[in-house]
Amino acid sequence: MTSQTTPRGEVLPVHSEDDVVRVRQAVRQCALAVGFSLVDQTKLVTAASELARNVLVHGHGGQVRLDVLASPRIGIQLVFEDQGPGIPDLERALQEGFSTGGGLGLGLSGSRRLMNEFRIQSQPGDTRVTVIKWKA
Amino acid sequence: MDRIPILKLGDCLIVSLHVDLHDRLALTLQDDLASRVVSTGAKGVLIDISGLDMVDSFIGRILGNIATLCQVLDAETVIVGLRPAVAITLVELGVTWTHVRTALNIERGLALLQHHVSLTAPEETRDEPDDAQR
Repeated sequence: MTSQTTPRGEVLPVHSEDDVVRVRQAVRQCALAVGFSLVDQTKLVTAASELARNVLVHGHGGQVRLDVLASPRIGIQLVFEDQGPGIPDLERALQEGFSTGGGLGLGLSGSRRLMNEFRIQSQPGDTRVTVIKWKA
Repeated sequence: MDRIPILKLGDCLIVSLHVDLHDRLALTLQDDLASRVVSTGAKGVLIDISGLDMVDSFIGRILGNIATLCQVLDAETVIVGLRPAVAITLVELGVTWTHVRTALNIERGLALLQHHVSLTAPEETRDEPDDAQR
């Protein structure tokens, strides 16, 4: 992922459920502006919702950085960051059905399927999930 | 606090969901619906999600919970108005609604619920003579 980003990067806070809703709306607007198909818009917004909720529930709040990529293709990159306790076992966390938050355990595995690129790094105090959806 | 209105139509309760559904609101709806099913004795619950432009795993789970909860309270739930893009995303996300009935639109959903109500009502009355004979 050596993509270049436009300088129009937007940073959105994630500290409440209302923030999660705002993240969905911002991602939807961005996907619409870039010209994503309705299905891809929906996948992007859904993945953003899952990952923003993770930041809130597991990371005790954080932020999302939203960037439009221009090269090598047009795409949207989202970076979710939190300073929470981190994910001790990444491999296990990415397994379908694994959940510590009382959910379905589809947050990470599901959003990985909905996006084209998915990268995660986590240590106590610094968890970062980077996802990209390319325009078809 | 915000609440989603629950309408009553005959034996059915009707709920229409819209775009900015946050988690707390979804959980409140679950509790409100359970209470209303009990207080009204409704036999059917229709949830219209044509106003939702996304259903993530949390909202998907709450909708599944509502269906299960209502079933325990003797009411059938039908979810209607699932948009194609939302359906595709739900399937790809991995959400499975095993106990959730869906219908294309409100009209078909209500027809399904009416069918259910008419199927369950005569059975109960038919049971009475049997019981009397025993």
